[in-house]
This record gives sequence, C-alpha cells and structure tokens, in this order.
Amino acid sequence: MTFAIEARNVEKRYGALRALAGVTLEVSEGEFFGLLGPNGAGKTTLISIIAGLARASSGEVRVLGADVVADYRRARRLLGVVPQELVFDPFFTVRETLRFQSGYFGLRRNDDWIDEVMRHLDLVGKADANMRTLSGGMKRRVLVAQALVHRPPVIVLDEPTAGVDVELRQGLWQFIRRLNRDGHTIVLTTHYLEEAELLCDRIAMLKAGRIVALDSTQNLLSAFSSSAVIARVAAHDGRRFTLELAGYADLEPQLARLREAGVEIVDLELDRPDLEEVFLRVMEKH
Amino acid sequence: MSSFPTLLYKELLRFWKVAFQTVAAPVMTALLYLLVFAYALDGRVRAFEHVTYAQFLVPGLVMMSVLQNAFANSASSLIQSKVTGNLVFMLLPPISYIEFFGAYVIASIVRALVVGAAVLAVALAFVDLQLAAPLWVLGFALLGAAILGALGLVAAIWADKFDQIAAFQNFVILPLTFLSGVFYSIRQLPEHWQAASHLNPFFYMIDGFRYGFFGVSDVPPLASLAVVGVCFVLLSAGCLALLRSGYKLRQ
Repeated sequence: MTFAIEARNVEKRYGALRALAGVTLEVSEGEFFGLLGPNGAGKTTLISIIAGLARASSGEVRVLGADVVADYRRARRLLGVVPQELVFDPFFTVRETLRFQSGYFGLRRNDDWIDEVMRHLDLVGKADANMRTLSGGMKRRVLVAQALVHRPPVIVLDEPTAGVDVELRQGLWQFIRRLNRDGHTIVLTTHYLEEAELLCDRIAMLKAGRIVALDSTQNLLSAFSSSAVIARVAAHDGRRFTLELAGYADLEPQLARLREAGVEIVDLELDRPDLEEVFLRVMEKH
Repeated sequence: MSSFPTLLYKELLRFWKVAFQTVAAPVMTALLYLLVFAYALDGRVRAFEHVTYAQFLVPGLVMMSVLQNAFANSASSLIQSKVTGNLVFMLLPPISYIEFFGAYVIASIVRALVVGAAVLAVALAFVDLQLAAPLWVLGFALLGAAILGALGLVAAIWADKFDQIAAFQNFVILPLTFLSGVFYSIRQLPEHWQAASHLNPFFYMIDGFRYGFFGVSDVPPLASLAVVGVCFVLLSAGCLALLRSGYKLRQ
C-alpha cells in the first residue's frame, strides 16, 4: 500500500540533541492528519525532513512512495508546504510571487489555477500589491496559495492559523476542508487543539522527539478522557450538593433515585471530553 | 519542465526593480573615479606607449565595476533570502543545485555586463577609446563576472548575517580589485610588489580585459585566460559542492 506520507525510524540529531528519536508513522491518502505536541517536540523538524528542508540523521521518509532524498524531485512535486514563519520576498507583488513559485515547479502557463487559488483565498484584490504592503493575515494567505500553485496531492500546514484572526481562520479551514474533500491529504500542526479535534481524522502526539500517542481522534478522546455529568441538587432542608456522575449511563438511575428522595435538580452540566484534556493527560503520562 | 528559467527571471527582475541602486549607483561611482583620477594623474602616469592615463584607466574601471557588481548581485540576493527566510520558497521545489548555481551566476553576469556597458558608454563621452580585440574584452568580462558571481554565492552560503557579507566585500573583494592594476600598470611597481600582484587573480582579469582595448598587456592574454579559466573551474566546483551538500542552506 502506498501512503501519502510514510516515515520509518526517522532520527534527527543536532550534536548531542536528539530532535527526533525514531519516529515511525503513516498517513493514508485522503486523510486529514494532525501532528500535535508542545514547543520543541519535533513537529517542525519532522515536517522539514518530509519537505527536504532538513536531512534525517537516519531513517527514511516517502511522499506517495517517492523517497524524499533519492527521488526528491518527484517527492517535492507531490508535496505543498505552508511554512510556520511568515516569510515573503519584499521585491515582488502577490501575482509575481505565485507565478515564480509555480515556475519553480516547472509550471509556466498556470495563470488560470493561480487566479482560482487567489479567488478562494480572497487575494484577487491584492494581486498587484507588493508583498511588503500586506497585513499579516494576507501574507499568511499568500503562503497558503504558494503551497497550492502546483496542485500537490499532499499538503502540510505548519501552524497555519498562528496569529490569524477568526474570520480568516474560518475561511482558511473552509478552503482546506474542501481540498480534503477533493481528495488532498492534509497534515496539520497547530496549537489550537479545538481546531485539530474538529478537523483531523487521526492524530499523532509528539513529545521530545517521540510519538507518544497515535490514533483516530475519536479513539484518543475515548481512551484518555471521560464524559461526565455534573448535577447540582437541592435537598429539603435547603442544603445544596454537587454530584459528579461517571458517565451518561449513570444518569438515568441516579436521576430516578433523586426523584424518589424528593431532591430537586437545580442544574445539569455535561462535561464533554475534549482534545485539550487528552493532550494534557498524554503529555503528563510520558 | 525545468525550474531554471523562472529562477533566472526572478533574479534578473530582482536587481532590475532596484536599478537605481544596482545599476545607476555603480555607474556614478565609476565615473567619479574616472573624473578624479584622470584629472589628478593625467600626464604623470603613462603605462603604455600612445595611451593616455584616462584611456588606460577606463577599461580598469569598467572591469572593476563588472567584478564588484557580479559579486554584489549573487551575494546580496542569497544572503537576503537566507536572513529573511524566503529561501524556503526555493528549497521546497525540485530545483537542482546546478539550476540554482546557473540562475544566480548568470543573473550576476547580466547585471555586471549591464553596469560595465553603462560605465563604458558614459566614459566614452569623455575619453576617446578604440577596441583592439573585442572578443578578448567580452571573454574576460564574462569569465570575470562568472567568477565573482560564484564567489558571491560562496560568501552568502557561508555568511549568517549581512555584516559578514559586508566584511567579505570590504576586506577581500575591494582590496583585491584596487590592488589588481585598475589604477596603474604593475610594471610601475617595485619588483616584489609585481610578484605579489601576480598572486592576485583579479590582476589577470583586469590585464586580459585591458588587452582587448589596447592590444598590449603586462602578461600575455592567453596566460591570463588560463589563470582566469582555472579560477572559474575551481570556484564553480567548490560552489557546486557546497550547494549539493546543502551546507548552511538545508539543516
């Protein structure tokens, strides 16, 4: 089976520091995959190795079967990367920037697609503006557009919504979800865990260069987090109590007992499991 | 399809967009040298028979402009991309190290020839000059620009900040060009300084280039061509090896 991304025992050492300590993972074609971890966990290092910006000390990485070192030309054509840093070339306009990026991939008559990408990212009005004059959010959109000019089947987004306002974030996710629905594989790193929970089919959590959790989002939520129901009740004598129930299954019998005892339910609160809780528990555990 | 034409076009457009700084300013500097030195030294220095000092000076100034601008082009472009981080846009696509080298060096050659031609054109308004052997002029200008373009790449690959490129420019390129016989013939120097000048590769570039104008030179032009050719091959090989290894470009 060919995976969109396949990493086998990837290690990266900077002198005595092991930024990646043997990472193995597979991302299937068409997946929306999340790569989470605290700062310094090795997420960007792993992305850099996948993108050919850094070389692994050992191990191998393939993009749709193409080795990122031995077959780097094919691997890079199959991959679009949105870098974390807000970088740009101050000499050029948005359209020039996108045309250059397209030309670097050997696509020189690509204006129709460039126009479409600009339309989706709401950049048409800024096409002839110099990159220097754009706001941070607009520069971020151009970075996304640059990653898409060669229509890569696999797209890696390294914290694409860092410092981005809510409106742009929503627009960006709408667009990325559409790309995913159209068959693109998406790999995402983010510090916004609610985004990852909402978007990703599967999630890998990295800590100190190792994968410490790797499963579907749903399984991670079930395994590391529990649903709870919190009931605030008032007794006959006016005293109030808070009851924490273990889960939804416990709800009906407990409610029946409270009714029997004539206890009034003042408030019910559902405590749903979330990825933030999972993340904290996984990081604590390892 | 290859990435090379786009990368070359990008590099050409980059310097052309700031042509006041990259073309007009060096032409102005060369003209000021011509006016000041020609006025101060005309009649006092005579390098070749039947050649005035102003005539002697013009090819040297043209070649100095060619060399300095070739270096400045590749060095400033790459160090800016490294420091600002936009180099990532050239590292993510499948651009080979040979395409990268070719685009940066050819763009350097183009800028160097544009500046050199402009300096020559303006100087001809003040100084009467003939071309004895135009192909030698073109050959040395091309090779000299290619060497300095490659050297600019090497310097920018090595450097981590603008300051280091400025140091390279001021403490390596500038002394080597000034002491290469731009303003004088090395025959006018004491013997030990003549010998020292022969260790300076820039001397052969200037001397061979000047041969194309006057048909006379301090060193036979073929010998200069050989030295310059070897320098180009060695420097290009070193630069290509650095690019291939990803030294200071890919982690």
